[in-house]
This record gives sequence, structure tokens and C-alpha cells, in this order.
Amino acid sequence: MTESSLISLAVTILFLPLVGFIIVLLFGKRYEKLYLVEVGLITVALLLSIFVGFIKLTNYVNDTIITQFTWIDLGNVPSIGHLTINLGIMIDNVTVIMLFVVTLISALVHYFSIAYMAGDKRFSRYFAYLGIFTFSMLGIVIADNLLMIYIFWELVGLSSYLLIGFWYEKKTASDASMKAFLTNRIGDIGMFIGILILFTNYHTFSFAEIFEQISNGVVPFGSNGWLTAAGILIFLGAVGKSAQVPLHVWLPDAMEGPTPVSALIHAATMVAAGVYLVARIFPLLTADAMIVIAVVGAITSIFAASIALTQNDIKKVLAYSTVSQLGYMIMALGVGAYTFAFFHLVTHAFFKGLMFLGSGSVIHSMHHEQDMRNMGGLKKKMPITYITFLIGTLAISGVPLTSGFLSKDGLLAGTWAFGNLTGHYLIPIIGFVVAGMTAFYMFRLVIMTFHGEPRNQHKYDHAHESPKLMTIPLIILASLSIFIFYTPNPAAPADGWFYNWIQTPATVVPEDARFEFMKSDSHRVEGTEINNYGGSGSENAVVTHSEMYENEMHNVHYPAMILSIILAGLGILFAFLMYHWKKISADKLAEKLKPLYNLSYNKWYADEIYSYLFIQRTHDLSRFIAWFDSTIVDGIVNYSATFTRGVANIAGWFDTYIVDGFVNFTAFVNGFAGLALRKMQTGKVQTYIVYVVFSVIIILLIIRPF
Amino acid sequence: MVEVGLTHFLVVSSFLFAFGLYAILTRKNAILVLMGIELLLNAANINFVAFSRYGNFGLNGQLMALFVIVLAAAEAAIALAIVLNIYKTFGHVNVDEIDNLKE
Repeated sequence: MTESSLISLAVTILFLPLVGFIIVLLFGKRYEKLYLVEVGLITVALLLSIFVGFIKLTNYVNDTIITQFTWIDLGNVPSIGHLTINLGIMIDNVTVIMLFVVTLISALVHYFSIAYMAGDKRFSRYFAYLGIFTFSMLGIVIADNLLMIYIFWELVGLSSYLLIGFWYEKKTASDASMKAFLTNRIGDIGMFIGILILFTNYHTFSFAEIFEQISNGVVPFGSNGWLTAAGILIFLGAVGKSAQVPLHVWLPDAMEGPTPVSALIHAATMVAAGVYLVARIFPLLTADAMIVIAVVGAITSIFAASIALTQNDIKKVLAYSTVSQLGYMIMALGVGAYTFAFFHLVTHAFFKGLMFLGSGSVIHSMHHEQDMRNMGGLKKKMPITYITFLIGTLAISGVPLTSGFLSKDGLLAGTWAFGNLTGHYLIPIIGFVVAGMTAFYMFRLVIMTFHGEPRNQHKYDHAHESPKLMTIPLIILASLSIFIFYTPNPAAPADGWFYNWIQTPATVVPEDARFEFMKSDSHRVEGTEINNYGGSGSENAVVTHSEMYENEMHNVHYPAMILSIILAGLGILFAFLMYHWKKISADKLAEKLKPLYNLSYNKWYADEIYSYLFIQRTHDLSRFIAWFDSTIVDGIVNYSATFTRGVANIAGWFDTYIVDGFVNFTAFVNGFAGLALRKMQTGKVQTYIVYVVFSVIIILLIIRPF
Repeated sequence: MVEVGLTHFLVVSSFLFAFGLYAILTRKNAILVLMGIELLLNAANINFVAFSRYGNFGLNGQLMALFVIVLAAAEAAIALAIVLNIYKTFGHVNVDEIDNLKE
């Protein structure tokens, strides 16, 4: 297996869903069974990505395979020189793991949807959309440059718009799709500007080439501030896509889409794209940019968790939990816990995909009931859904022996280590508080949905376990939420293969723009020659991140683990006390903390605040512009119209009286002459002869030859 | 006894021409108009013959007169055919009332 065949396999994986999309979109209406083509193609893509991942992680584990080709040759550009725009494909360990995650979840969602969407009138179109979404997501994953990521990034935005608004007859769904699209655009503008800052300075979009130039000491416009700005602006794209505060508002609304779509897009893949992007640009993030990223992530995680505590819609709870977990990952990237951020991305994709599909299973059997207050006691009716959902919940709560426990502990240890090294203790504190909150609201969800007595007897009687097509994906994802797939030792993620595959890439930013603990050369880890973006420059590939940081993380690992287990246990205990055993009345507690409860229940009034701050202001601006238009612009137009009419009147008068007068006069003269001459033409031969005779006589008189 | 000379012929022919012209201009009947034309032609013939006799032109004038007679015969045939057609079209041969040329 050569490197080039790995590349071609990756390209095949990329284009398989696109082929499915085109076929199903064009012919899906005529041949109803055609969706099976799409399902088949995605299965092939899954098998291929398992194969690619296996080859890459066994034979080429330390290599980064990059292929580039020239997309646009701009020739000689003045003051820049020869400029080409290259596209390329990069396969490293992050790529193959993402390939596996995306195709696996996409395939499972395909299978699940066959049962879930059965009978929908746009059934085949739904599968076509799933195809284009998977295609664009895979494009982001295998890109080796910012431009290609940006292109596929927008494609992801488009396909998520199509999928969220799939039931566009519902006003809420079409509104939600537009909201998602517009909110993402805001972030994308920032991302675009960030990419342009890098491009104007380095004349390339390729990660490897940009990093190499930065590590050679070339910073944008000669200042570290611009490098920070570029990092933060590109991060802004991730803020939009990964639903970070303040652009988080679209994700909860996006739950209007079909539930399997929520599992695919809003839990596992699209929202992970933002985290993936930050991971890709990780080496060029300066200390200032990382602090911003960490703070945004921390705020997002606690903000969303606080909202999730009180929501009653099962999908809304999951949505806010997703936002909160994404905040976790972003925060982890901000503090430099690269490996665990990515690890959490993968484990979260599995268990959150599992929980969304589980909630889809519940919603399906409850005939599209989403309010948890109408559920309850479902564990007897839906044992498989219950057990798999419970595994997912344990994983997200960080209970030992689950995948979530591994990734979350590493992540929290990372924030703690960061706190120890820099003194920013607020970030780890938020991290741990959110861990407790997560355990609480997730168990609240499980208890309200599956435990206790049925609150709506009628719906309960009709509930039933979902068909095999829906439960088997749940079982697969649930088993992937067990620790054994990641590490043989459930207490130490560092023993696992995942930790060896994903190493923190070496930072390339200038020394004076780094954190204190990353500065001196003596503090860097030596000997691990991994994940070097520079390709050829493997001599200086020994630096990973920071030895000080790694050591500190190792020191706080066990305390962090114990603390997070305690907090998760407390959260679970409170959930049981309040909702299962009813020792503490949730209503009374809500009454006591009325302002806080209202704040959380109403999502911190984010939508209302935005509505007031931006939407109303936009309306005001629009009204002003409308006034300007109707008064000033229209005034000018109307005045010039009046003026033109005046000129036209004069010209008209001139025309009628002078030009037409002349013409009429000519006509009148001719007419008068005709009137006179008409008399002569009698039509009688004899008259003519008289004329002839008299004419001859006259001519004779004039000529007079004699 | 007055010697008959060129002048006499010319006077006769002038009278003939005048009568012919008068007939053409005043008669209403197309046939009579035609007869007027014949008079004109014959007046011309007399002139030809007279100049042939008194002038120094040899027999040219007489030949021309013969030619005119032949021509007159042909003309009469065509003109009568036209008159016949006029009669067929209008039901009469009244030249006064035929003013279609006006249109």
C-alpha cells in the first residue's frame, strides 16, 4: 500500500457520497428504492475509511501524507511574483480518525433514517441531502489548506441549511434553517478575513507552508498582534459552526430538523468541524489567541449547561448539552490540551450521536412527542433504547469505564494544569462545575424520560420499541462509548493508542508570543518525532508542545479524576433526589431561585437580547434607509423626473408648433396646388386633346420657325 | 381661270384639318370622333401629295401618303375594336361620360 494509493482511496471516500447525492437527487423521484444506492455508497465509504485508517495507523503512523495540485495558476502577479493557488489532500492521524468518525456516524444515521423517515413524502431527497452533507464534511476533513476547508465549510453550511429546513412547511423549521445559515455567516466572515490575512502575507493557503514560514520568524505585517488577530478571526468561523457564545443561538433552534439529522449534524460532525478547524490551526495560535479561545469555550460550556438544567424539550436539553460539550473542547484547545480536545471530540461524537438517535427513537415511538413532561416510565417499553441511552448518559457524565470519562478527565486535567501554570484558575473551576451540572441535567433527562410512572398514559400505551434498523445503530454507538476501544487501562487514557496517535503539534509562533511555560527550549519534550507539519524539515520535529505543561498535566491527573468523579456523582445524586425519589421538590427549588430559574429557563434571554440589540436595530436601520430612499433618493429621482417633464413640454411645444407647423405648411401648399390642378384632370379624352392642341399652338407660337 | 396651285391644296387641307379637329373635340359619339381622326389623316395626306406635286421631293410625298392610308386602315381596325370594347364595358359609346382616366 503506497502513499499515493492512500490518497486516491481518501479521494474515493470523499466523492462516494457526492455520487450518491447526484444519483438520488436526479432520479430519486422516479425510482423510490434509489435511496439504497446512497446507503450502499456510504457503507462502502465507511469500509474504505476503516481500511485507510488501518493502513495509515499501522504503516505510516508517524507520517503526514500530503498531495497538492495546482488549481489556479495566476501567473506573474505584480509585486508578488509567480502565484499559484494549490489544492491538496493531507492525511495524518487526525484525518483518518475523523474520516472514520464521520463516515461511521453518517452510515448509522442513514440506517436509522430508513426506519425513522419511512413514509415521508421527500424520502429520497432526504437521503440525497445526507449525501451532500457527508461529502462536504469529508472535504473539510481531508483538506490540507485553508481555502479548501473554507469551500467545504460553506458547503456544510448549505447542506445543514437544507437538512434543518427539511420540513420547510413548518414555519419554525424554515425559520430555524435561515437562522442557522445567517448566524454561521457571521462567523464565516471572520474566518474569511483571517484566511485573507494569512494569504496576503504568505501567498499560500497550505497549512504546512504557512506554519513553515511562521516558524522561520515571518509574522503577518511584521507584528505578533496580526498573528493573534488571524488566529482569533479564523476561530470566529469555529465560533459560528461549533455554536460558541455568542453565536450559539442557532443550534437549539436547529432541532427543528429531523432527529437523525440532529444526531449527524448537531452532535457528531458539523459542530465538530469548528473544533477540528481550531485543532488544524493550533500551531499558529499565539498565547493571546489561546486565552481568548479558552475563555470563549469556558463561557460557552457553563452558559449552555446552565440553560440545559431547566429545559423540558428532550432535544433542547441535548442541544444545550452539545453546546456545552463543544465549549469544553474549545476550552481544552485554548489551554493547549490538544490531544484531549480531539479525544473528547471523537468520544462525544459517538455518545452524543447515540443520545440523539436514542431521543429520535423515543420521539418516534411517542408519535413526535418531544416534551419530557409527557414521558416517563419508558424503560419497560423500550429496553434497548433505555440501556443504550443510559450508557451514553454515563459517558457524558464522566462515569468511570466509559469513553467520556477518559476524554473528560484528560481535558479537565489539562485545564487544571493550565491554571497551575498561568494562574487562570477560573477556567478549571468552570470546567469542574460544568462536569457536575452535566451529570445532573443528563440524569434529569433520563429519569424524566425513562423512569417513574408514565405521565401521559395514552401516549405511553402506544409507545413501543423501535425496529431493528433503529436499535442496531444505537447498540453500535453504545459499545463505542465503552473505554476498551480507546485504552486497555480505564483509569489512564495516556496508556491508550489514541494518545499515541494524536500528539500535540509543535507550536510555530515566535517565542515572545507564547505562554511563559512554553518558551525556553529546555522545557520542550525531546524524542517524539510526530505530526510535523513541515514535511521535509524533520530534523526540528522533536518539539511537541511543552514539557512543563505535560508534566503538570501528569501531576494533576489523579486529583482531577477524583474530583470529577465526585462532582459527577453529586450531580447524579441530586438528579435522583429531585426527580426519582422526589426528596427535594424541583418546583419548590425553582420557586426559591425564581430569578435564576427564569434566566435559565428562558435561555438567558439570548434570543430576546439579540432581537433587541441586532434585529430591532437592523429594523431601525432599514427603516431609516427606507426613509432615506423614499425621501432623498426618490426625491432626487422625482425632481429629475419633473425637470425632464418640463424639458419635454418645451420640446413638445417646439415640435407641435415649429416642426409640425413647417410640415403642415408644406402639406397645405401641396394640397392647395393639388386642389387647383385637380380641376384640369377630368378624365375625358376630349379635354386632354384640347390641352394638347392648345399646347401645340402655344409651342408653335413660341418656337415660330417661320 | 385661276391656276390651281399649292395654296389651294393647303387651304383645303387646312379646312379638312379644322373640321376633323372640330369633330374630335365636339362629337360625343366615339364613332364620330374616329371619323374626325380620319379627316385629320386625310388632311395630312393632301399636304403630302401637294408638296410631292409642287415641291422638289420626288415621289417621297406620294409614298408617304400611301403609307398613311395603310396606317389609317390599321388604326381604324384597332380603334373600332376599342370602341366595341368600350360599348361592351359601358353600354354606350358616349365619350363625354367616359372619364375613368381620372382615377
